[in-house]
Amino acid sequence: MRNWQFFLAALAVSGLAYLGTRLIGNDYVYFAGYVVLQFVVLATAWNILGGYCGYVNFGSAAFFAIGAYSTVALHKFPQLSARYLPETLNSVVEFIFPLSIPVMIVIGGAIAGLVGLGTGYLTLRLRGVFFAIATLALAVVLQTLIVNWDYVGGSRGAYIIRPNTTPYFDINYIEYLFIIMLLLAVIAITVARSIERSQLGYGFATIRDDELAAEATGVPTLRLKLIATTLSGAFMGMAGAPFPFYIGYLEPSSAFGLAYAVNAIAMPMIGGTTSWVGPLLGAILLGTLQQVASVTISSAVSLLIVGLLLVFFVIIAPNGIIGLWQDYFPRKEAPARENSKAEAT
Amino acid sequence: MGNSLTIENIHAGYGAVRVIENVSMDVGSGQTVVLLGTNGNGKSTLIKCIMGICRPTEGRIIADIDGHKHDLIGMTTEEIVDLGIALVPEGRRLFPKLTVEENLALGAFRKTARQQMKSNLDFCFETFPRLAERRKQLAGSMSGGEQQMLALARALMLAPKILLVDEPSVGLSPLLVGRTIDAISDLKKKYQLTVLMAEQNFTQAIRIADSGYVIVHGEIAFSGKSADELNNNDLIRKFYLGL
Repeated sequence: MRNWQFFLAALAVSGLAYLGTRLIGNDYVYFAGYVVLQFVVLATAWNILGGYCGYVNFGSAAFFAIGAYSTVALHKFPQLSARYLPETLNSVVEFIFPLSIPVMIVIGGAIAGLVGLGTGYLTLRLRGVFFAIATLALAVVLQTLIVNWDYVGGSRGAYIIRPNTTPYFDINYIEYLFIIMLLLAVIAITVARSIERSQLGYGFATIRDDELAAEATGVPTLRLKLIATTLSGAFMGMAGAPFPFYIGYLEPSSAFGLAYAVNAIAMPMIGGTTSWVGPLLGAILLGTLQQVASVTISSAVSLLIVGLLLVFFVIIAPNGIIGLWQDYFPRKEAPARENSKAEAT
Repeated sequence: MGNSLTIENIHAGYGAVRVIENVSMDVGSGQTVVLLGTNGNGKSTLIKCIMGICRPTEGRIIADIDGHKHDLIGMTTEEIVDLGIALVPEGRRLFPKLTVEENLALGAFRKTARQQMKSNLDFCFETFPRLAERRKQLAGSMSGGEQQMLALARALMLAPKILLVDEPSVGLSPLLVGRTIDAISDLKKKYQLTVLMAEQNFTQAIRIADSGYVIVHGEIAFSGKSADELNNNDLIRKFYLGL
């Protein structure tokens, strides 16, 4: 399947899923579904760097929070400009703002992508566990910055009042957010899949398998790794950008929550890291399970479930659900690979 | 037109650890030069310096490719590969979960190499018929000798003008070491490759050497202009033959 064909197919599937949610006719589906889809994007983004290149990022929450806080900053900007900017400039600002969510997603993604590029440049000389520690440090540094940045609310947090409906369609705002996240998930997955089957994906795989051998064959390892950190960071930021509108009140400890970092790693691990299917499966499975657990048992249980499942999978199925699948249904190696190659060229 | 490599007064190391002190070497066009030395004397570091993987602190490395001189210091590894300098890394470093054919395809990652992938692939299979038989087999499931052939072939996918081979004998049985060395010498004879080979196995390496250097504690202890000179040297007797 070509990339655009896959994109259309994915759109069709998500369109069907959306129609399914409409049949249920309860807005709670959108609240729960939004979180699951947000994790689909996060997990897919993590997998671009963690799964394809083999660089484990513990700082997913930082990139997610960058997206969320860029939205807060943009949302508050008109107030700032009314107070400090001259009349003419202010009227321009009032004309542009408030920005629509898709625009904020693009801006949030761009900022997070830039931070990803910067982090990559500073840390990618590190390998393995040292890289992981550096990304963990990034999250701590950024959280400290945000806590001390009064404009976006500091440690008090920031309120964003969610409008009742959208100017474009006559639907509930949460339904609108759900649709946007659904589209974002489709885009993220399509990008991940196209990377997998391209020259870039082969380059990533050589870095994951043996970086020295990759260099010896002339793979521009540093450049490829920077592409991976940028893309991965950008999608995490995009996943975070609509979050303030979903949650209504954003404060540092929730934006930098442990749940994001842990889930972003656990979901691809449980699904399988070598293919785009893995993060998708993992996120849907774990995300749904967590939502159900929060409603039926308690919200504190959800992280426990992730931990237990992760332990279970690391021991029983280190290659995730995809690995289990391949063990039980081994595909005929040669023809399958031949096909994927024909597509890549 | 030739392809030669000149190393002038290279100093290199990792952080505070000095590994190479003032090493100069000449690898003449079409020659096979062996770099001899036991473990920990700086052979691999020198090879890494040439490939731009390790940055020397001082000195120059000049590659003369078809009459054009290039200073390799400061160039990235992929630029050096683009010039036509290929490395067979120590310990083979194949992608074990990929097939022989895929490993070779990855050898042609650079754009210039990708354009001639088909002919280079045929050339590799012609040179190493065993690989053609096993083209769909996973690289990790082959024997050590076959893996070394694959590592050589992967470097050949770049159609290199200068071939660097780092310790081809690692982890091979004595018989296979001999075969691998023969394969390298065949390649050189057939295609006028310029070869620089780092090796511990003195007796094997010396068979195909046009000239050689002995590196001890990061310094060139002896340079021999011919195999005979190397063979009859006191230092080599002392270090290798225990005489």
